[in-house]
Formats: sequence, structure tokens, C-alpha cells
Amino acid sequence: MELCERTYSPEPLLGSPLKLIKALGTDLLAGRELAWRLFMRDLSAQYRQTYFGYVWAFLPPLVASLTFIFLNSQGIVAIDTGAVPYAAFAMMGTLLWQVFVDAVTAPVQTLSAAKPMLSKINFPREAILLAGFYMVLFNFAVRMVLLVGVMLWWHVPVGLGLAFFPVALAGLLLSGTAIGLALAPIGTLYGDISKSIPIFAQFLMLLTPVVYPARTEGLAGLLATWNPISPLIVTARETLSGQDLTLLLPFSIITLVSLLVTFAGLIAFRLAMPHLIARMGG
Amino acid sequence: MLTTLTPVEKPLNANRSAGSAALAPTRSEDVLVDVQHVSKKFCRDLKRSLWYGIKDVLNELNPWQKSTGSRFTSASPNEQDLRPGEFWAVHDVSFQLRRGECLGLIGHNGAGKTTLLKILNGLIKPDSGSITMRGRVGALIALGAGFNPILTGRENIYINAAILGISKKEIDAQIDSIIDFADIREFIDSPVQSYSSGMQVRLGFAIATAMKPDVLILDEVLAVGDAAFRAKCFKRIGSIARDCAIIFVSHDQSQMARICTQAMLMSSGRCLYHGTTAEAIDQYNAAQAAKSGTAYTLQTHEAIQSFALLDCTPPQTVQAGSSLTLKLKLKSQKRLPVGIAFINFVDLAATTVGQADFSARLEAIPAGESELSLTIERVDLAQGIYSLNLAIFASNRQETLVHGVSCAQVNVAGAPYMWCAYKMPLGAVDIQIIQA
Repeated sequence: MELCERTYSPEPLLGSPLKLIKALGTDLLAGRELAWRLFMRDLSAQYRQTYFGYVWAFLPPLVASLTFIFLNSQGIVAIDTGAVPYAAFAMMGTLLWQVFVDAVTAPVQTLSAAKPMLSKINFPREAILLAGFYMVLFNFAVRMVLLVGVMLWWHVPVGLGLAFFPVALAGLLLSGTAIGLALAPIGTLYGDISKSIPIFAQFLMLLTPVVYPARTEGLAGLLATWNPISPLIVTARETLSGQDLTLLLPFSIITLVSLLVTFAGLIAFRLAMPHLIARMGG
Repeated sequence: MLTTLTPVEKPLNANRSAGSAALAPTRSEDVLVDVQHVSKKFCRDLKRSLWYGIKDVLNELNPWQKSTGSRFTSASPNEQDLRPGEFWAVHDVSFQLRRGECLGLIGHNGAGKTTLLKILNGLIKPDSGSITMRGRVGALIALGAGFNPILTGRENIYINAAILGISKKEIDAQIDSIIDFADIREFIDSPVQSYSSGMQVRLGFAIATAMKPDVLILDEVLAVGDAAFRAKCFKRIGSIARDCAIIFVSHDQSQMARICTQAMLMSSGRCLYHGTTAEAIDQYNAAQAAKSGTAYTLQTHEAIQSFALLDCTPPQTVQAGSSLTLKLKLKSQKRLPVGIAFINFVDLAATTVGQADFSARLEAIPAGESELSLTIERVDLAQGIYSLNLAIFASNRQETLVHGVSCAQVNVAGAPYMWCAYKMPLGAVDIQIIQA
């Protein structure tokens, strides 16, 4: 039987990029089963020591929606959102925004949680990223159930654009993952990153047309144009509510760039990992 | 101290025992582990370490960077290669292992053993040198890492196996033998958080050795299990030893002497000696004995104003079977009646191997200044270095009068017993053939 051979040396792996990409592919394939198991582990462990179990997965978005329903029914918020009722508009916005933020947070978060494992066992580490990604998808799927309910309740018009929604969602996930992966090497070493993500996310949400429609004039208009997240959120919401896709070109460009950054991020992750583990101790 | 040791470099083949040579054919393609001049630097200061980490990552990602330190691959790296605050966690270590060979790593805590194992396992990158590993590598650097406390043992078996690269099919076929080996059948469907640490170790070891590795890396993982389980583990290690190359860290010197075909003594990341297991253990013990004087702690009763041991440094050398006298000088405000008095002999593995009980002979510590000598008639111990614990308790058996831990060292010479401190006198061996 031919034995596989592995060599460890200080040579930078970027010197042989083809080998590197091949190894990345092999590990991603080899890590699929593991990623699924890790995801199932996290999922079943998440709610096992609770009385209400999976109810907790539905509660946060449910509470959020009730807030918007209340605000809307009392006329506290009065923002013109055209054909789509405001409560539904805001709900869609926050849910989509949450997917993006989850995708940004996932790499740093899952890596930090996996530190004891990373510093002691050699395994396809991409599996950890993949497991985190599955969790983002799962959380989205849970919220999606609520979103469908909200859309039915407020009779949100649905059009052919809905068929484009998976692409829009993929764009959101990819851009979030790209940013998350870019932050991962520093975030694994310095806790500052994971502490600042929620703060930035909150701030950025107000600069992005999440709970209000995109403006075309003024500072808000400028932000809507130059904020790279805006086209993603706007496009995703437009596909859901059957509107014309107004920002298709910027959306495509940003998604494409995200795809490239995600790929580069995966390679960087691979190269950085031994150095990060060396600093983890344990 | 350690500096008195001379690093010895011998060609490995010369040191391989005849037994292992017979088990493993020495073909060059059977070299499973090839370590060449490996060094790794670490930084003690956390803030600095993190900053160097960022720099290392950037260096690694820089496509114009031709090397991340390999400029000193061939020669031994020196102090100039260290950044401020760094030290060599592993420094210029080289060795080769073939199938059927077992290398023992010896060294005190912080000698770089675990770091070396982590480099071998590909967890961290060496700063210089190179490592080639062939075949499936099974590593037990930490048992139970990846065990999720809330999930059951059975669920964790599948997860851990997946982490170690064992397929689900392979585990399905072996799950019963894994559970039986770990001996936790009645617990297998309860959450791992209800397991004792010993049970977790048993489960981890059972999973890791189920994968039939070509190279097995065992960090000091068996220290947690009980003696019965350790025996079971060593049986399994022994049974797979001829089919793989093993790198083994343990403080159990007798097992190491038995299993390992060669050993390396490490200190401050450097290889001080690489050769026969017996010689490595001897050098380690000598170094430990030379420095263990620092562990001396002494507790005395309030009434005792001064206490000193006489003739204790340097360690007395005693011929096995001859007598030993311990002299103490003390000054007490009042007469202190003695209930219990003994001297314990503790070996380097921290096991108490002998006791001299003076309770019946030492009535009291007299008032005023006095000199006390305690004589042991025969020190019937194996060759080696022992530290002595002196304990004298009051007649109520609770109050401490004098309690010196590692208060003296004794170097017993002349009786090389195998793996035991005391050798029983023998009677006859009688064999009766019942059926030929």
C-alpha cells in the first residue's frame, strides 16, 4: 500500500499555489462529513440542556417581529415603503441583515470555540468554517419560516423575482463570509475583533437601508450608493417582495468580489492556521 | 545541574536493540518519521506573542516572501534568529523512526516535548528544519479534545472518530470493540459530562487506537487512567508497536524502558542525549536529582526554634543493603512527645517505595538543643536516587512537629533491579508437568 507523505517545513506554501489549491479542495471534501457532524453536535447540544428546546430558535425573530407589529399598529413609525407594509418591510430587512451579520461573525466565533480542538488535533480545519456556515444557514432557515408567515399576514406581493432570491441570499452570505474570513486570522489572536463586530454591526445597520428604503439624495443617498452592503440587502428584499431589481449591477459586482475574497480568505486561513495554533497555547 | 551533562550523539542504528531489529526490516522506505534540524521559537510574553503571530501570518501570506525562516535550515539556528522575548521551545532536534521502532521522549515539564509532538502532528509549523511523516498518523496529544460534554458517549465516538479521520463505516464496524475496550458500556448513552476523567481517557484512547495508525504519537495521556486500564493500554500499544512507529512521552520510566527501542532526553528544547532508553533515563534521573533539592519544604511546630539536617548535601551514596543514618540538630522550647515518626523513601516518579518507622523508638523531642540520629539498618532498595521525607507528629497524632518533604537525597548504588525499588528474597522455582 502506498503511504501518503506529508512534509512540514518553514517554506511558505504560497510558493507552490497549485499544490495548495489541490490540498484545499481535498480537505474541503474530506471535511464535509466532519463539518456535518460538528454542526449536528452544536445544534443538538445547543438546546439539549433547555426545557423548551427548539422553541428558543424561533423566539428571537418572533420577539423582533412582535416589536415591529406593535410599532406599526401604534403608528409610532411612519416610513413610506410603497406597496410593502412597513412592518413586513422592516422584518425582511432585519432578517436579511441578521443573515449577513451571522455570516460575518461565524468564522471568528466558531474558531474561538474550537480552540481546544485546534491546538491538539490535526484535522481538516476547513470543517470548522463549514460547520459555522451550516449554522448560519440553519438559523436563517428558522427565521425564514417566520418571514413567510409575516409575508402572508401582510399580503406582501410576490413576483417572479422570488426565483432570484436564492442568488441574492448567496450574495449576502458570500459577502458576510468574505468579511468574516478576512477578520478570522486577527480575530483568532485578538479578542478585540469579536468584541467590536456587534458594535459595528449595530452602527452599520443604521447606515444601511435595513429598516428604511434606500434614499437617492443627501447623505443617506450617498451612503446607500457607496455602502457595499446596501445593494445586497436592497436586492434581496426586492426579490422577496416582487419589486424591480434596481441595484442589479452593483449587486453582481459585489457578489463577484465577495466570491474572490472568500476564496482568497480560505487560502489565507489555511496558511495562517499553523501560526495561529502556535499562539493558542494549550 | 543539567549543564554537567554532555550531549551525546550516536548513530541511531548502533543503539537499536537486537530485538527490535529482528522485528522490523530496515528498508529505507520504511522510515516513517524523518525529522531534520527542527527548531521552533515561542514567546513568553502574551502581548508580544500575539503581535509576532500577526507578523508571522503576514509573512506567510506575502507572495514575495521567499522564506519564513528557512535561511537557517541547514545550520543550527542561534540567538540572532530570536526576536526580543523569544526562546527556543525546540532547538535543532533531529531523528528518524522506522516501522517497529519506538522513541521515548524524556524531559521535565517545559522541555519542549509537547511542542515537538505538535510540530510532528502538523499542528504548528517549524521555524527551521523539516519533517516528513509517512502514512496515517494517530496522535493522542490530548484525549477527549472535541468531546462535547452534553452529548452521549456514543455520539461523541462518531464525532471524535470523524475528527481523527476515521470513516463512519470503519467506526460502525468497531464501535462495540471500542466500547468494550473503554469498559463503559453502561454509560455509553449518557452525556460525557457525567463521566469521570478516567472514563474520558479510556474512551479517547480506545477511539484513537482503533484507527490502526502507521505513526502513533502518544503524549503523556495514560497518566490519568487507573493501573488496570494502563496495563490494558500498554498491551494494545505493545501489540501494534511492531506495525508502526511510536513516539511516546511518559513519566512511567519502567514502561518506557520496556517499550521504547530508543529514547531522547530533552531540556530547554534541546536534545541532550539520544540513544538507548536506559542511558537516557539514567541521565534524566541524575539531572533531576541534582536539581530537586529546590523542592525541599519544611514545616515545624511553633515550639521548635531551629532545625537542621546534617551531612545531607551532597546526596549521600549508600551501597544497597548497607545502613544509613540521618542526623538532625534541633532546638525546642519544651519537650514534645512523639506519636508518629518515620522516614519515607520516594523515587523520582514520586512513589513512596520504602518506609522506616521510628514511632516506637523515638519517644519525644527533648527541650533545649539536641542532636538526633536515626539509623536505618539496611537500605534494601534498587539502584537510583531517592528523596527522603521526614515526618514527626505529636502524640495526639494530629499536630505536626517536623515535616520535611524531600529534605534529603540518597543515591543508592549497586543493585540494578528491574523496574522495582525492592527485590524480594527468592525461594525455589518448581515446575510440574501435568500433560506434555
